[in-house]
Amino acid sequence: MSRFFPRALLVSALLFGAALHAHAVEPGEMMTDPKLEARARDVSQALRCVVCQNETIDESNAELAHDMRVLVRRRIAAGDTNEQVLSYMVGRYGDFVLLKPRFTTMTLLLWLGPMMILVLGGVALSRTVRGKRPVAAPLSPEEMAALAKLTAPGQDGTGASV
Amino acid sequence: MVLLVAIFGKRLLDVDRGADPRVIPSVLLNTPMPKFSLAALPGRKSSAATPFTDADLKGRVSLVNVFGSWCIACLEEHPTLVAIAKQGGVQIYGIDWRDTPERGAEWLNDHGDPYALIGQDPDSTTAIDLGVTGAPETFVVDGDGIIRYKQIGPITPEIWQSTLRPLIADLQKTASQNTDGQK
Repeated sequence: MSRFFPRALLVSALLFGAALHAHAVEPGEMMTDPKLEARARDVSQALRCVVCQNETIDESNAELAHDMRVLVRRRIAAGDTNEQVLSYMVGRYGDFVLLKPRFTTMTLLLWLGPMMILVLGGVALSRTVRGKRPVAAPLSPEEMAALAKLTAPGQDGTGASV
Repeated sequence: MVLLVAIFGKRLLDVDRGADPRVIPSVLLNTPMPKFSLAALPGRKSSAATPFTDADLKGRVSLVNVFGSWCIACLEEHPTLVAIAKQGGVQIYGIDWRDTPERGAEWLNDHGDPYALIGQDPDSTTAIDLGVTGAPETFVVDGDGIIRYKQIGPITPEIWQSTLRPLIADLQKTASQNTDGQK
């Protein structure tokens, strides 16, 4: 990696990326009503840029992301709720367009998978721990007799005076 | 756990065998073409005073191709589209996406114009309605205006022969059987 991508370049690329990360909304796109604009920002932050895939449309400089932001604002201006705008996009791009997937039969495993693994892991762990606990075998009659002799009061057995 | 490994494993193998991880299955498959009305690209043989709309697609199987003069992969695809148009048998419609009419027209002058009608979509209104993520994308729409297939990326001669042509022939056959049945 470092051979093809000198460290200084990498650092500056990361810094540049961090600077850009804030958001890509241009002044001309913004809605005049700050409340509506805030809603548009919320919705945009939940929507994936379908060109770049790992960015929200709010952060992306892709042209399609720009057009999607404008569309989000157009829908909000037309009176859509945030949920309606999201559904509008899901109707066209599928659940994929949401950065936080919805709870559906398709995403059941995604949402419950970690929980299942945790529970299964817990069960497995408790079984292993219990299985390994040493179980003492009952004393044989000879051992019982020896024990009685050692603990009997008034005698000079080795263990009694300890 | 075994289930998870199986699911992830299958996906990894698919990707390994050449499935493109960026391809997202379209939710619009087997649903009606969204309503649209796009101003015709001026200066073409196909140019009309009326806009290109979803109603133009009714009655026969068609291809709706999303392209742009800025799109490199479209250039790669274009000769195939021109050849398909020459063969006849299927109508090809174009959506000139995120382009200016001048650049779009010039590009078609340079590379050929396979389209029966061309609409302009400069601000992605229809592209977003179609769930387009990039160009080129091509929709196979049957005579009832239902989307039957979405080709993401360029149509190559191989894809045309192995996938699209048989599919279109199938759709045309079912359509003619249906009209026969009604008679």
